[in-house]
Amino acid sequence: MITRFEVDETNKMIRQENLDVRTITLGISLLDCISDDLEKLKENIRTKICAKAERLVETGREIEGLYGIPIVNKRISVTPIALVGGAACRTPDDFAEIAVVLDECAKTVGVNFIGGYSALVSKSMTPADEMLIRSIPKALASTERVCSSVNVGSTKTGINMDAVMLIGQIIKEAAWETREHDSMACAKFVVFCNAPDDNPFMAGAFHGVTEGDTVINVGVSGPGVVKAALEHCRDANFEVLCETIKKTAFKITRVGQLVAQEASKKLGVPFGIVDLSLAPTPAVGDSVADILKEIGLEHPGAPGTTAALALLNDQVKKGGVMASSYVGGLSGAFIPVSEDQGMIEAVLTGALTLEKLEAMTCVCSVGLDMIAIPGDTSAATISGIIADEMAIGMINQKTTAVRLIPAIGKDVGDSVEFGGLLGHAPIMPVNKFSCERFVGRGGRIPAPVHSFKN
Amino acid sequence: MQKTIITVVGKDTVGIIARVCTYLASNNINILDISQTIVDGFFNMMMITDTEGCSKDLAKLRHELHQVGQEIGVNIHIQHEEIFEMMHRI
Repeated sequence: MITRFEVDETNKMIRQENLDVRTITLGISLLDCISDDLEKLKENIRTKICAKAERLVETGREIEGLYGIPIVNKRISVTPIALVGGAACRTPDDFAEIAVVLDECAKTVGVNFIGGYSALVSKSMTPADEMLIRSIPKALASTERVCSSVNVGSTKTGINMDAVMLIGQIIKEAAWETREHDSMACAKFVVFCNAPDDNPFMAGAFHGVTEGDTVINVGVSGPGVVKAALEHCRDANFEVLCETIKKTAFKITRVGQLVAQEASKKLGVPFGIVDLSLAPTPAVGDSVADILKEIGLEHPGAPGTTAALALLNDQVKKGGVMASSYVGGLSGAFIPVSEDQGMIEAVLTGALTLEKLEAMTCVCSVGLDMIAIPGDTSAATISGIIADEMAIGMINQKTTAVRLIPAIGKDVGDSVEFGGLLGHAPIMPVNKFSCERFVGRGGRIPAPVHSFKN
Repeated sequence: MQKTIITVVGKDTVGIIARVCTYLASNNINILDISQTIVDGFFNMMMITDTEGCSKDLAKLRHELHQVGQEIGVNIHIQHEEIFEMMHRI
């Protein structure tokens, strides 16, 4: 029988240490909506999403009530729209119309984000892919809840540098389109290498083509819980430290597994995966940076940060894999800047730089995330930063991503304010030297060898 | 059997258990186990209950228990037992 100690421990995690289920994401395939008539396609999309996701938000609330655990977000991911809209769309503006339909669907069913305004172009772009990418600034500026992503590279295909170059310009355009709102559109767009098909987290969620018609994916969180557990082993050695993280990750993931199973049962939708990521929020005590400090760093960015993050990430996976048979998505520790109060402080104190963040992304999920940079950063420089991050993912066979916000009209010393879960961020300095000739070469970086690993 | 866990936390006062148990009895909820302690004047109780025979759903019970708690100045939560089983039992 359950003891009072166990009940107290669970409830303390929920009520004091911000344990929550970060998201229930319903993946919906739109492949059967395809039509060569744009109006028909839009109607099909509207009908399918609204029918499949009708009870998503309500079900989330029921589960919250049943177990007394907050489920912060209910979201939808759909098949990459470049595939769905290819037959019907003749111009980038046609694609942007689909984004508006997705936004309306999100509002109708009550989800706060819908992901999948995406293109998968790791080797090369079809005309539809390119049109979708070119429509991203307009699509994101004219919608509120639509999230967009583009996969520009993979370990198997190499890096599509034409797409990388184009996306540098697109990010600048998206920033300009939303210059009145701190270039907010860029916070809803992410570039990937090795993008997972079943990621429940935004902005990078899309419903992969290898998935079924519908699927439930759940993202758990709980950096506050890990931090609180580590407070009890301040002077302990690495063995005890790792064991503590592992056990805590196990407990957190079990809750995700339970919620996923229940949501799957209640909605009559197959259960896909649990994504066992430590996802911070701007709330105090919900920070991955605080865990790194608890491990023994004065601030994230100090020497030792990469090692500390590597062990954290690995122990989270080890604990989580035992807790759920179907682990997927990104699974690891997120290190966004704007969404983590501790990371913001580290930037403000000068402890954390873009270059150190890049090193940290080699050992954790996902990448350079929610980083505000000066608005006058050139498109080529943005492409260069993306190319670096994609190369890390390609060579290390891991997912990497970039979500940069060139804040128009702002420079180092200023900050941007997105509000809510997206938080606020100080503008970080970017290396001023040019990479224009490098990113302008055109073509593709070949896939790496999978042997001779050093 | 539908096992639920009820937790009551707050400043100690006369009649907390009586008030909670009266509510449970009037809703045909059977108490399987009670564990209670007082630390520094703070009352902390956990009950394992069976809500199988109760006609109200968990959302309704949660709402009403919250009101009972407010009347006597304590926090009362009701949760399905499964979350604790999942987290603490392999």
